[in-house]
Amino acid sequence: MMVRPGIGPQPRDERVTLKHGAGGRAMRMLIEETLAAGFLDGSTDEIGLAALDDGAALLIGDRWLVVTTDSHVIHPIFFPGGDIGRLAIAGTVNDLAVMGATEVLGLTSAMVIEEGFLHSDLERIQHSMQEACREAGAKIVTGDTKVMGRGELDGIIINTTGVALADAVVSDAGLSSGDRILLTGPIGDHGIALMAARRGLGLEGDLRSDVAPLNGLIRRALDTAKGAITAMKDPTRGGLASALTEMAEKSQVGIVIEDAAVPVTPVVRSAAEILGLDPFHIANEGVAVIGVRPDAADAVLAAVRAHSLGQSCAIIGTCTDEHPKRLILDTGIGRRLVTEPEGEPLPRIC
Amino acid sequence: MPDESVRTSANELKFRDPSQARALADRLSGLCEEIAREPISVMHVCGTHEQAIAKYGLRTILPKSLDLIMGPGCPVCVTDMPEVDEAVVLAEDGALIATYGDMLRVPGTAKSLADAQAEGARVEVVYSAAQAVELARSMQQEVVFFASGFETTAVATAAIALQDDLPPNLSILSAHKYVPPAMEIVAQIPATQVEGFLAAGHAATITGWGIFEPLAERYKIPVVVAGFEPLDILAGLVRLVELVKDGTPAVDNMYPRCVTREGNRVAQEQMWRVFRTVGGRWRGIADVPDGNLRLRPEYAHLDARVRFEIDIRRLWQLAPSALAEKCICGAIMSGLASPSDCELFGKECDPENPVGACMVSSEGTCKIWYQYGGRPDL
Amino acid sequence: MCLGVPGRVLRVEGLIATVDFWGLKRQVRLDVVDEPVQPGDYVLNHVGFAIRRIPAEEIQETLSLYEELLRAGESDMMAADVRGEIEASPESADSGEPDA
Repeated sequence: MMVRPGIGPQPRDERVTLKHGAGGRAMRMLIEETLAAGFLDGSTDEIGLAALDDGAALLIGDRWLVVTTDSHVIHPIFFPGGDIGRLAIAGTVNDLAVMGATEVLGLTSAMVIEEGFLHSDLERIQHSMQEACREAGAKIVTGDTKVMGRGELDGIIINTTGVALADAVVSDAGLSSGDRILLTGPIGDHGIALMAARRGLGLEGDLRSDVAPLNGLIRRALDTAKGAITAMKDPTRGGLASALTEMAEKSQVGIVIEDAAVPVTPVVRSAAEILGLDPFHIANEGVAVIGVRPDAADAVLAAVRAHSLGQSCAIIGTCTDEHPKRLILDTGIGRRLVTEPEGEPLPRIC
Repeated sequence: MPDESVRTSANELKFRDPSQARALADRLSGLCEEIAREPISVMHVCGTHEQAIAKYGLRTILPKSLDLIMGPGCPVCVTDMPEVDEAVVLAEDGALIATYGDMLRVPGTAKSLADAQAEGARVEVVYSAAQAVELARSMQQEVVFFASGFETTAVATAAIALQDDLPPNLSILSAHKYVPPAMEIVAQIPATQVEGFLAAGHAATITGWGIFEPLAERYKIPVVVAGFEPLDILAGLVRLVELVKDGTPAVDNMYPRCVTREGNRVAQEQMWRVFRTVGGRWRGIADVPDGNLRLRPEYAHLDARVRFEIDIRRLWQLAPSALAEKCICGAIMSGLASPSDCELFGKECDPENPVGACMVSSEGTCKIWYQYGGRPDL
Repeated sequence: MCLGVPGRVLRVEGLIATVDFWGLKRQVRLDVVDEPVQPGDYVLNHVGFAIRRIPAEEIQETLSLYEELLRAGESDMMAADVRGEIEASPESADSGEPDA
């Protein structure tokens, strides 16, 4: 066999690897230590880079301008339940919404397209962006297009930035002891559907991504809660485990989750068992975690359940003074710590 | 048949009832109190047992006097560095390596397959050996199936090797391991305090529980074969502690729905037709006589070690991690130490930057302790 | 060490079975299974290969095995506490008192 040029010995950790993009601790370290260096001054009331939240919140007069940006790469570009266009809109709308900004002023769309990409595929993507915008009550107000040579990227990259105004912002750090944790829908749908589509695992069944804009649902929760919502986050890459761990760490509380209360569809549960994966580690694109003061929890639960995307919403846990910064799972039999996945979850055999 | 009935009846196979689990745990406590000394040390030799114990939080309901030691039960963890090096070299030389997800980040002398992939080598994760065949069929490039796992997984590789329509660009790099000799090694370690073994139900599905009888007899130690649902594990422990209490060095099968005395003869026949045992190093354990499964000479045409010249010495010129010297994976896998005894644990060595193999595999002792908090007071 | 998941056989075509895993289907190879497999049978799947046909009667046997273990420990106070409604069986007499 030929020795391939360009692949020589390299010391470890000199290069960025895929785990740095997987949404867990490795990614946060990369951001904190390299990418956000010099911008981490968190001395103001505003939410900036130092907060490492879903987006930024800047004061304009007595209102908040909430800004978020997200680059979307996904393989395959079209997958059961959605495509990169729907993902780009929903992802950005949801990042705004979980900061309390549910009325989107406008979205930008910047596309980098690989030479040779099919026109018809672009149209399909554009169509689903329009559809997702309609669902979210948002519109794209400006954009940018670049084309790169064949092989210089894999198909298409879409960056979307969203801006919105809000009277009050909700961070992911506001939990306190006693707060209840709501999960608006079943976990694992997106990540399992993508893995099945991508890796040729031969799994047949109703595995579909949950990708959807949640701002309508979250508006309902906020209106019902009247200030009793203390923190929100969308558990995307890194799954519910990463989202809740981050919330527990930033809020300095422990979170105890009741395993039996966490909604997971039977097919996702089954796929996770076959592949040896933990549904808590799998990515979601259509659910949110909501921290609520205990006295408002039932009302918010009822309000979310009345929304078409929140029918399986459940109260899955409670914040506690004990075990600060820890995520604890009550399995019904015993208890264990839940930790974040490192790297993309992979099917395991043994 | 209607879907609903399928679902309901398959659920019978999930032995997870919390009240039954608590009743079994109480029975276990009662037995330990009757034995009235501590610790009562038993060892399981299966990473999937540890995985299930961790997943369901079973350690938090086990009696304090029962020391359930994790033995050398993870085939990924015991894959030795030179074996990983072979796969890395083949990948760097232009072959596509198809392997199970667990193997991707196992450290070799200088790097893992994930490191090689970051540098441009092609590595594909497969769920099944059959997928490696399909992968090879779909391309011109040499595809090497880096096959790991105990006998349970080796039978799947054997089935592939026995297929008569294999694409010519497919070869197999076997890192398969064979469990029974490793239990022998552990039983022989003088410092071992192990009073009983909880044997791995899925390896025993292949080999049968009869294979443990000579071990029980020779070392006067009870062996109980157990399944992987929480009730299976608790019931297995109850039975094992009963045998410890009575001083009965017998073999008992608590997983009869999958394990028989003779095991799966069809699978055994295929496995031994394709593989033979050879001695070799298990990472961190020792040289295990007959512990490795290698392709027989009749299958040399499929054997990557025969088909390619694999010079792993070039990797040895790279400075191996100095931390590796301090790693105590060996003592941990032999049941002589806990992860918390290791000075690297949770500091220089964590799941993102693993030093030893126990931190790599999802079933590695150290990774599980790191993830699930070992035996935390929750 | 080996992730094994039970499922129920829906169809068999030669050495390939279509197996239902709680609503999810996957093809499973039958090259190394210990006994002939028919629709309706349970099999234990490991990496896409059936390594065991699970006889339905064995599932029941597992349950009675666990019942037996618990009955043997009936005189154990704590177990009795949890399972108070179940009466102690005669053979539990020799398993000793908790403080014995």
